[in-house]
Amino acid sequence: MVLKINGEEKNISSSINLAELLLELEIVSPHCAVALNQEVVPSSKLKQTKIHDGDNVEIVHAVGGGL
Amino acid sequence: MDSDFKNVFFIRFFLNFSDDFKVNSSQLKIGDRTFTSRLIVGTGKYASFEETRDAIAASGAEMITLAVRRIELDKTKDSILNFLDPKTYCFLPNTAGCYTVKEAVMTCQLAREAGLGNMVKVEVIGDEKTLFPDNEATLEASKVLVKDGFQVLPYCTDDVVLCKKLEEVGCSAVMPLAAPIGSGLGVCNPFTIKLILEAVQVPVIVDAGVGTASDACRAMELGIDGLLMNTAIAGAKDPIKMACAMKAAVECGRQAFEAGRIPKKLYASASSPLDGLIDI
Repeated sequence: MVLKINGEEKNISSSINLAELLLELEIVSPHCAVALNQEVVPSSKLKQTKIHDGDNVEIVHAVGGGL
Repeated sequence: MDSDFKNVFFIRFFLNFSDDFKVNSSQLKIGDRTFTSRLIVGTGKYASFEETRDAIAASGAEMITLAVRRIELDKTKDSILNFLDPKTYCFLPNTAGCYTVKEAVMTCQLAREAGLGNMVKVEVIGDEKTLFPDNEATLEASKVLVKDGFQVLPYCTDDVVLCKKLEEVGCSAVMPLAAPIGSGLGVCNPFTIKLILEAVQVPVIVDAGVGTASDACRAMELGIDGLLMNTAIAGAKDPIKMACAMKAAVECGRQAFEAGRIPKKLYASASSPLDGLIDI
């Protein structure tokens, strides 16, 4: 299936959940957060949240910034 | 040897003397947090994460702002959080770059899920050139976020009525700008800042526009509760030295405010006694 992750189209082999997607992308930082189709997914619900073909995933983390 | 001994004696004497007169500056309370430092610093625009870490340590700030952005999928870049210990600093994620209520609310929610805490700096920009905030959207976003359990610190213009409204919707502080972000102009309108101080009970943090240490000191002398800056330190030729200067300036300004300055007046008044002058 094809997902849009941080604006880039990516091919993901099978139907998986968000926690598995992070593992597949090798994102292991505890300080990241995910939005699925414009909705913030609580970090406690990543495992329960299935992703589907065409989904839009945003994965964010903290960067340096002031104002 | 004798003169060395005297020097040591005098140095000790003066050190003890100054210790006796050490001023206990009051603490800054925002929401459920208490800070010794009244300087809040941003973590953007530094040449490296090492410089960020060292400048922030030199500033003595206990609260630091962070932005929330897409993670690099190629994972080649280090994370700023490897250089800033969450046990040392209170993180204040911001909504920099947001132009709508929805973007700002979502950014705060993402920050909370990313483990950056529930105290947020809300900024909803209304104009690209000046980076002035969209006050209406800022008020709306603050209202939504307070209801969602956040401790909200909104960046706003120096408007008394707006600050009162932000307080009414439950913001933990108000953060009027001194001047446009990154402009280095210093507090452009000290009178409105004074009026805001009178109008609200929550802490007033002046946010944005400071250029150098004297700007920081003057801002603190107005009686504001804290000062937030980024570019003035990160953009200086020597950011670490400027961070030290800002730390001292904020402390000086606060102490002078607490000490209570003399009133300004037009004419002189002698500070030596007028009695006992010799008769020639």
